[in-house]
Amino acid sequence: MKWKKLFRAAIDSLLKNRMRSVLTMLGVIIGVGAVAILVSLGQSAQAVIEEQITALGSNLIIVTPAKSESRGVSSGARTANTLRLEDADALVSQGTELSGVSGMVVASGQVIGGIGNWATKIQGVSPSYLSVRSWELAEGSFFGERDVQGRAKVAVLGQTVADELFPGQSPLGAKIRVRNVPFRVIGVLKSKGSSGIGGNDQDDVVLAPLTTVLYRLAGGRNIGVIFASAADATRMDQAEADVRGIIRAQHRLRSQEADDFQVRNQAEIIEFAGDALGALTALLGAIAGVSLVVGGIGIMNIMLVSVTERTREIGIRLAVGARGSDILAQFLVEAVVLCVVGGLAGTGLAFGAAAIASRATEYTVTVGWDVVLLAVGFSAAIGVFFGFYPARKAARLDPIAALRYE
Amino acid sequence: MTSPVILTSGLSKVYGGVEPIHALRPLDITVERGEFVAIMGASGSGKSTLMNLIGCLDTPTTGSYRLDGAEVGGLTRDQRADLRNRKLGFVFQGFNLLPRTSALDNVLLPLLYDRAGRIPNPEERAAEALKRVGLSHRLDHEPNELSGGQQQRVAIARALVNDPALVLADEPTGNLDTRTMMEVMTLFQDLNEAGITLLVVTHEREVASYTRRVIELRDGRLVRDEPVRNQRTASADLAARYVEDEVG
Repeated sequence: MKWKKLFRAAIDSLLKNRMRSVLTMLGVIIGVGAVAILVSLGQSAQAVIEEQITALGSNLIIVTPAKSESRGVSSGARTANTLRLEDADALVSQGTELSGVSGMVVASGQVIGGIGNWATKIQGVSPSYLSVRSWELAEGSFFGERDVQGRAKVAVLGQTVADELFPGQSPLGAKIRVRNVPFRVIGVLKSKGSSGIGGNDQDDVVLAPLTTVLYRLAGGRNIGVIFASAADATRMDQAEADVRGIIRAQHRLRSQEADDFQVRNQAEIIEFAGDALGALTALLGAIAGVSLVVGGIGIMNIMLVSVTERTREIGIRLAVGARGSDILAQFLVEAVVLCVVGGLAGTGLAFGAAAIASRATEYTVTVGWDVVLLAVGFSAAIGVFFGFYPARKAARLDPIAALRYE
Repeated sequence: MTSPVILTSGLSKVYGGVEPIHALRPLDITVERGEFVAIMGASGSGKSTLMNLIGCLDTPTTGSYRLDGAEVGGLTRDQRADLRNRKLGFVFQGFNLLPRTSALDNVLLPLLYDRAGRIPNPEERAAEALKRVGLSHRLDHEPNELSGGQQQRVAIARALVNDPALVLADEPTGNLDTRTMMEVMTLFQDLNEAGITLLVVTHEREVASYTRRVIELRDGRLVRDEPVRNQRTASADLAARYVEDEVG
């Protein structure tokens, strides 16, 4: 039997049981639709993150302490206190590939002032912090090198803190207290919003000179992190090597000794987040794939019912000269047509959902052609896989028994 | 020189292993081209078994069977399917038409499996076959739109469409009233007149009386094989019946 005839016969047969065909297809429609929508959402989210990388600038370098080890027991990253103020100073004085360096030490506490109090984190930073993190002031001024050296009790408020403590008024010149240490507010930061990945409110912060926070609030010599910006975004590797060399020299590490700190850049971190999102997309796709498999089982179920129901038809076909392979092909083609039509409908569903999502949110969700091909190909494979058993059952029927079947 | 349509020697069928059932004892029969044969017997006589063997639907336990000169024993399942497609036409008791499928498409069915392309214009051919059974005005009708007699005539057209060496009819009138039975037998007699070899399996003496030769089986053995004396003419009986009905 020619393929064209086979397909015509399959479509005829499916049209004769219209309602059943549609209901059977529904499983595949939903399965393929779910896979296509979820994978497309994931891909679109990754595209958004890539956009953020470009927007943030990828020249930020972050130095953190490495894990500490005590008698061979590792306590994990950032548990050691190996970074010192002097390390940051060394980067400032010796760095050749760097345009700005700022150490950071973080203390948390209750900020009292204005109309009440507010729990936030107080970050001790250097004057170049603003340029390193590409941050700007909304009003007032930022502290300078002299303030850092003098451990001046001045503070710059993040937008959230300013709004909470001084609603509707300028906090400039006001006094605030953190753990009994009084600060004078000299500036307010522009709002930066929440960070793309963690969802942290980046404006919920108070900035003060590094030394002030280090000695008056954090009480120590160790700093948590050093930010540096590469002078040239295209020379990130050289800049990172520069940072690593200087800090290794500071820490007097011998050549065979491992770094006791980590150097990463912003792009790497965002890339990592993108990878995580990719894994999440794959996971969601796999979960949706389960529904596709369930749809396939639905197809197998209906095909089995159909084979039983059409036992007589199969008997007639065998009697008038159909070979087993003709019957196999007939039922297989029916299953594949069901799946592929279902797959196409599911893809249509995904396109519709993507259009709605794009209109309803600020993100553009697009269904890629690779997703379409994958979904339709996969549903055809499902058709062959789940159609094979019923089709083989049909092909192996004994014509005598099939003709007598009531 | 033409070979017989059916030539069996020592053809037998045994079912089961521990307590074997001899459905058909070794049997020798010959049916020549142009014959019209009835196979009779009660249920369990082995006539269905013989029918399945002659129809190449089943394989014999012993003996040989040549259909139109071709040895059937030793053929694979697919080869037997091809042989059925080339040499045989089937008419069944329950009509066995495909539901929700037009008369034309039902008749086309055997030609769908005409691998060798023996018959060049299937659609034309199917329409011709339907014309031959007097249904040229019912090509697009589906089985449920046709009467029992019409359905059986569609089935007969389907059996003729592949130009078979032998038409096998298994209780073709079993589901039909007397008048429709006579109509079908009239058609069979006409076809036989035109040279078609027919073999009808039946348990009705009346049906057998329209054929030319009766083979009777009992308990798997041949008990009678003789020509029909006083062969009746179905069309004449049908006419008589018609008159009877009209008069009251």
